[in-house]
Amino acid sequence: MSSSDTVLPGGHVVGLGETRRPDKWWVGPLLTVSFIGVAIGYGTIAMLMGNHYWVGAEGHGFGGYLSPLYSPVLMFDASAAGAAPASHAWFGAFPEWYPSLLPKSPAFLILLFPGAFRFTCYYYRKAYYRSFGFAPPGCAVEGVRRGKYEGETKLFLFQNLHRYAMYFAVIFNIILTYDAVMSFFRDGALGIGVGSVVLTINATLLAFYTFGCHSFRHLIGGRANCFTCDGKETLSSKAWSFGTFFNQRHMQIAWVSLAWVMFTDLYVRMVSMGIWTDFNTWGEAATKTVGL
Amino acid sequence: MGKRSFKIWRGNAEGGEFHTYETEITEGMVVLDAIHQIQAESANDLAVRWNCKAGKCGSCGCEVNGKPKLSCMTRMNSLPEEGDVVIQPIKTFPVIKDLVCDVSYNYVRNKQIPPFAPREREADGTHRMEQRDVDRIQEFRKCIECFLCMDVCHVLRDHEKKDDFVGPRWMIRLASLEMHPLDIVDRIPLIREKFGSGWCNITRCCTEVCPEHINITDNGIIPLKERVVDRFYDPIAMLKRKLFGDKSNKRLPVVEVGDSSASG
Repeated sequence: MSSSDTVLPGGHVVGLGETRRPDKWWVGPLLTVSFIGVAIGYGTIAMLMGNHYWVGAEGHGFGGYLSPLYSPVLMFDASAAGAAPASHAWFGAFPEWYPSLLPKSPAFLILLFPGAFRFTCYYYRKAYYRSFGFAPPGCAVEGVRRGKYEGETKLFLFQNLHRYAMYFAVIFNIILTYDAVMSFFRDGALGIGVGSVVLTINATLLAFYTFGCHSFRHLIGGRANCFTCDGKETLSSKAWSFGTFFNQRHMQIAWVSLAWVMFTDLYVRMVSMGIWTDFNTWGEAATKTVGL
Repeated sequence: MGKRSFKIWRGNAEGGEFHTYETEITEGMVVLDAIHQIQAESANDLAVRWNCKAGKCGSCGCEVNGKPKLSCMTRMNSLPEEGDVVIQPIKTFPVIKDLVCDVSYNYVRNKQIPPFAPREREADGTHRMEQRDVDRIQEFRKCIECFLCMDVCHVLRDHEKKDDFVGPRWMIRLASLEMHPLDIVDRIPLIREKFGSGWCNITRCCTEVCPEHINITDNGIIPLKERVVDRFYDPIAMLKRKLFGDKSNKRLPVVEVGDSSASG
């Protein structure tokens, strides 16, 4: 506290970061900034690389590992190392008219949707309003300058459309669950590999994250005032209880699922590049990377 | 446990300063015990509001080492052993004297909330609610009105937006009415406009400090924000309402009650 600081009646000091708290309140925001920074950094690099997101059989048969950062593959570049086979791309190869300035990466076409879901998430809003926006940096710690705060009334009014990002997240959950099932097949043969487990955990954590979403919880039952008006518990009441279970753990699931998505991409990438060996029941020949 | 040093803010709305006191701390003491001991030993004119000493009246809210706390529920052995224990009045409301604040803003805001209005009674003359429905709003009724959530809410505390945002305690009261299975008043337009749900950026400090462990943010404020979205921001929900009508049981129009000027 400097001599020029304003002290209010009550002994509270005015100024960014001012507080009488002696504890390390800044550890939480610092960890948040570090973790989100690493996640954004890794995600951006992985997206821009545009390669090594697929592990499958040489024959391009049914099944394989697909990185969640690249799923679904809308368009693909066959010349990229470790690219998914053509049959996986919903709309085939990148067309000739595709702007050369934009990265020719399947991830670039889809990451906006999960990104929007996380960005508008009620939990992450707390995390980054505190850590990046200093609004406030900690509880009972003074934050952004007085008079400048507008909450979610103007610039951040778009946060009210979180439920639309959630609708897309549900679609992605279905796709990633399909990917997890596909990871138990290689060239049509049923089996299991470490990658199958990694992809299944990933799909499960992301589904748990969606189930705990506040908008999801509201829409499946929370908006009703009367769960049991006629004396019988309604389906929406049961659904709300289901959502509440995950909602109470939303913060933990948010962080773990984010970390696991990155790890899943890293795992597929490393196996695709031949750096890591995927222990599985299909044998070495069935895990050759396409285009390596 | 030995002697501890306390820095207690003394003064009034015009200003004041921290005074240092020392007192003997024995096992089991809470911060309010220490304040009372200091009051008895060396500061007879120290103003402090308290009543039940059991964490149920909500009177003794103050800031202990910078954190909003009930002084009667803060054990001395829960505080760091080193350094002074710093005690201040809550920041959000104007100081009257020493640790006592003028919290009348809350009573003005409370009067502005349209009260409970139940639907018509059933044929046998009763109102029935199922336990499952009661449980959901019962959480909000645990509030003891200590106003620690109002103190820690940065919208009120740092930005002094008392005219724009009603604050967490009153959002919780609004939630308890709005989610009541018998109530038929439509408060959603008021929640958005007069009570300023958009000002809350859900940083959850209110939930963190609540001595009754009410999940203010997840169970109260966010569901209200989602209901505001249903009504004012979700184009599909708006279209659906236009085409198929409003099926909610909220039929009574909003009634403006109480003084419109909120700043205390």
